[in-house]
Amino acid sequence: MYEILKKRVLAENIIEYVVFAPAVAKHCLAGQFIILRVDSEGERVPFTICDYSREEGTVSILVQTVGFTTMKLAEMKEGDDIHDFVGPLGNSTDLSEFKRILLVGGGIGTAVILPQSKQLKQDNKPADAIVGARNTSLLMYAEEMQANCKNTYFMTDDGSNGNKGFVTDKLRALLDAGEKYDAVFAVGPLPMMRAVCNLTKEYGVHTIVSMNSMMVDGTGMCGCCRLSVGNETKYACVDGPEFDGHLVDFDEAISRSRIYTEQEKDHVCKLRGKHNG
Amino acid sequence: MDNSKRNSMPTQSAEVRANNFKEVALGYDDETALKEANRCLNCKNAPCIKGCPVGVNIPGFISQLAKGNKDEAVKVLKGDNNLPAICGRVCPQENQCEMFCVRKAKLGGSVGIGNLERYTADYALEKDIEAKKVEHIGKRVAIVGSGPAGLSCAGELAIMGVEVVIFEALHKAGGVLVYGIPEFRLPKSLVQKEIDKVIALGVEIRLNQVVGKTVMIDELLDEYDAVFIGSGAGLPAFLKIPGENLCGVYSANEYLTRVNLMKAYDKDAITPIQRAKKAVVVGAGNVAMDSARTAIRLGSECHLVYRRSRTEMPARAAEIEHAEEEGVIFDLLTNPLEILGENGFVKGIRCIKMELGEPDASGRRSPVAIKGSEFEIECDQVVVALGTTPNPLIKNSFKALETSRKGTLVCDEETLQTSVERVYAGGDAMTGAATVILAMGAGKKAAKNIYNKIMNK
Ligand SMILES: Cc1cc2nc3c(=O)[nH]c(=O)nc-3n(C[C@H](O)[C@H](O)[C@H](O)COP(=O)(O)OP(=O)(O)OC[C@H]3O[C@@H](n4cnc5c(N)ncnc54)[C@H](O)[C@@H]3O)c2cc1C
Ligand SMILES: Cc1cc2nc3c(=O)[nH]c(=O)nc-3n(C[C@H](O)[C@H](O)[C@H](O)COP(=O)(O)OP(=O)(O)OC[C@H]3O[C@@H](n4cnc5c(N)ncnc54)[C@H](O)[C@@H]3O)c2cc1C
Ligand code: SF4
Ligand code: SF4
Ligand code: FES
Repeated sequence: MYEILKKRVLAENIIEYVVFAPAVAKHCLAGQFIILRVDSEGERVPFTICDYSREEGTVSILVQTVGFTTMKLAEMKEGDDIHDFVGPLGNSTDLSEFKRILLVGGGIGTAVILPQSKQLKQDNKPADAIVGARNTSLLMYAEEMQANCKNTYFMTDDGSNGNKGFVTDKLRALLDAGEKYDAVFAVGPLPMMRAVCNLTKEYGVHTIVSMNSMMVDGTGMCGCCRLSVGNETKYACVDGPEFDGHLVDFDEAISRSRIYTEQEKDHVCKLRGKHNG
Repeated sequence: MDNSKRNSMPTQSAEVRANNFKEVALGYDDETALKEANRCLNCKNAPCIKGCPVGVNIPGFISQLAKGNKDEAVKVLKGDNNLPAICGRVCPQENQCEMFCVRKAKLGGSVGIGNLERYTADYALEKDIEAKKVEHIGKRVAIVGSGPAGLSCAGELAIMGVEVVIFEALHKAGGVLVYGIPEFRLPKSLVQKEIDKVIALGVEIRLNQVVGKTVMIDELLDEYDAVFIGSGAGLPAFLKIPGENLCGVYSANEYLTRVNLMKAYDKDAITPIQRAKKAVVVGAGNVAMDSARTAIRLGSECHLVYRRSRTEMPARAAEIEHAEEEGVIFDLLTNPLEILGENGFVKGIRCIKMELGEPDASGRRSPVAIKGSEFEIECDQVVVALGTTPNPLIKNSFKALETSRKGTLVCDEETLQTSVERVYAGGDAMTGAATVILAMGAGKKAAKNIYNKIMNK
């Protein structure tokens, strides 16, 4: 059992949980993830480790409420226990070979670039960052990102913060203005990462993405998380989650993410039904 | 001369069981068990014993059954086998103990050793004949993995007074026994009872601990006197043909894990599984049979595609028969070439007919494609059951461990010590995918050697 020590709503449907999991906190590094099950009947669902404290034995995750498990999680209170919480899984991000780095976070992807920004600041090479969201109220960790990065640009789909556009609009503007980056690290919904990769390919900028494939065990046992990278099959849980974005077959990844769409709708209906009834 | 025929095991009828996940084989009743036990000739040299990887004293426990001493039979059986209710169900008996039984050829068929083992073990589980805790001797051993290898190593060490902690990556203990082998062949409640017995001996099981990620082997070596690795062979092989990443293509591991461990057979389960109209299972081992029979139970029509002929099918004879009775259609001498898709989902599989050519290095006749014989099977799901190899996760996190080209851990045959002092291994992690009884035997053997080592014997 893993106690939720703190629960904080950061934006609509976006909640940060600080969980007591000392064994995970002991070894985890930026870029790794955990898999949890909310209760004894729960599904195994992966989330990126967005912060941790080895001293306090805590691991933080940032969760967007999208379906059955994340709704169940949203119902839990501080002091409640998460049934299973395993990690750290996957490889940590290694950006040490790059000097000038641009972080691009879309929506919940900000949870993944935040620990990177912190790491890069500690390594004395603060990055630039573009953070995108549908509207201002969904922009997360604005202060933290600004504190960690050299330049931070915020973009909203609806322009509610005064900067209307997608992260790729800003990215193109920066590259056109002559900004030189050794690498772009982009994390967000699959279509966003695909758009970023298409653009950086055009400009010849090396790009790393973090793939959020569906998973079961997270240890290389089931193959559920597989994706094609440079025509080779890779497992996101053990080979990744980070890959060279220019080699990832995004069309296939997007297609694979839809396998259970119908069944998931059904589950959420059941959960909502239970609440309404 | 007693020529009585072997008493067969009653089963649920094929029509009924194809629609449920309940155990197929129903077990002997008391009367049948007694009859079967009396068929054993109590041979002096007992050739059956040499067919058993753990050397169960077969005439020993059967003769107790024949005398009506069930409690005694349990004691004899448990002396050699700490998971008899499981082995009695899933051991490939026909190739092991029963193959050497003197009754096999002429005297009505070999004694139903596995069936009697199951009968005896089930009696013991019901009666709850408890092993008692023993005094600790001040030594501690860490075990990686809670499959049969890890469980039997743990049980054995605990009986000798060693404090044992098992680290298990998943949220449930049991290894392949819980995530792989389906309910209808091995009820999970029974596996849990066997696990509870190991816990009753004082063994602690820590779930959600991925060794190599959550905790490192060198940390375990600091804290414990020895480490036993029983992490299995869980890495699935794929076909490496086009279309393999379409929605609806599963490794058998994923398919069975979703259904067994995550209970997706229950329509209300939270973890989803795609319920196909027509599934194609590729492979012909136990894992393929389990997948195919699971697909049938989930309401699919099911074809099993295998590139060799029936005689080469590696699954147990009984499993092949059961699968066929339940309606699995075998497409033998057929090799898949490509999985076909539409909108990202499987819609068929293109195969080619094969014929058997010259025997290969393994002595099996190798299949050769028949030119121009390509054809398509329409289907909306493909389950790939081509075998597994050890997961490299542990080795990658602890480079000092020597592995073979196949990824198995290299161990001393006698002691089961790996290339690292105080680190032992056994079961599928060392042999590659094998059997429950071999994994158990290895766990037990390692326990003895670990004990001798840490006691400086
Ligand atoms: C390595 C990794 C790290 C992740 N990190 C985070 C994180 O930090 N924060 C966060 O909120 N989410 C993260 N995710 C995604 C998260 O796992 C899914 O949102 C979660 O599975 C949804 O579960 P659910 O039961 O609530 O929704 P479901 O009912 O399972 O699904 C609801 C909707 O989400 C879609 N969906 C399901 N699984 C995924 C997935 N893996 N990726 C994208 N869409 C999915 C479904 O198609 C459906 O439309 C991560 C995924 C991976 C693989
Ligand atoms: C579908 C199926 C059907 C089968 N049918 C039969 C049959 O009928 N008869 C028969 O005899 N055999 C059968 N087998 C084979 C048999 O199940 C295996 O040979 C046996 O389970 C091997 O035991 P093990 O203890 O070595 O490994 P496993 O049972 O694989 O257990 C290994 C355990 O270690 C855990 N683990 C792995 N890595 C780590 C890590 N890094 N940290 C912590 N824990 C870890 C795993 O989660 C798992 O719980 C079947 C196998 C399958 C898959
Ligand atoms: S453990 Fe297996 S091989 Fe040994 S006697 Fe029992 S059924 Fe036969
Ligand atoms: S060989 Fe057969 S008959 Fe002889 S002791 Fe063994 S089981 Fe009994
Ligand atoms: S999640 Fe099972 S192999 Fe990656």
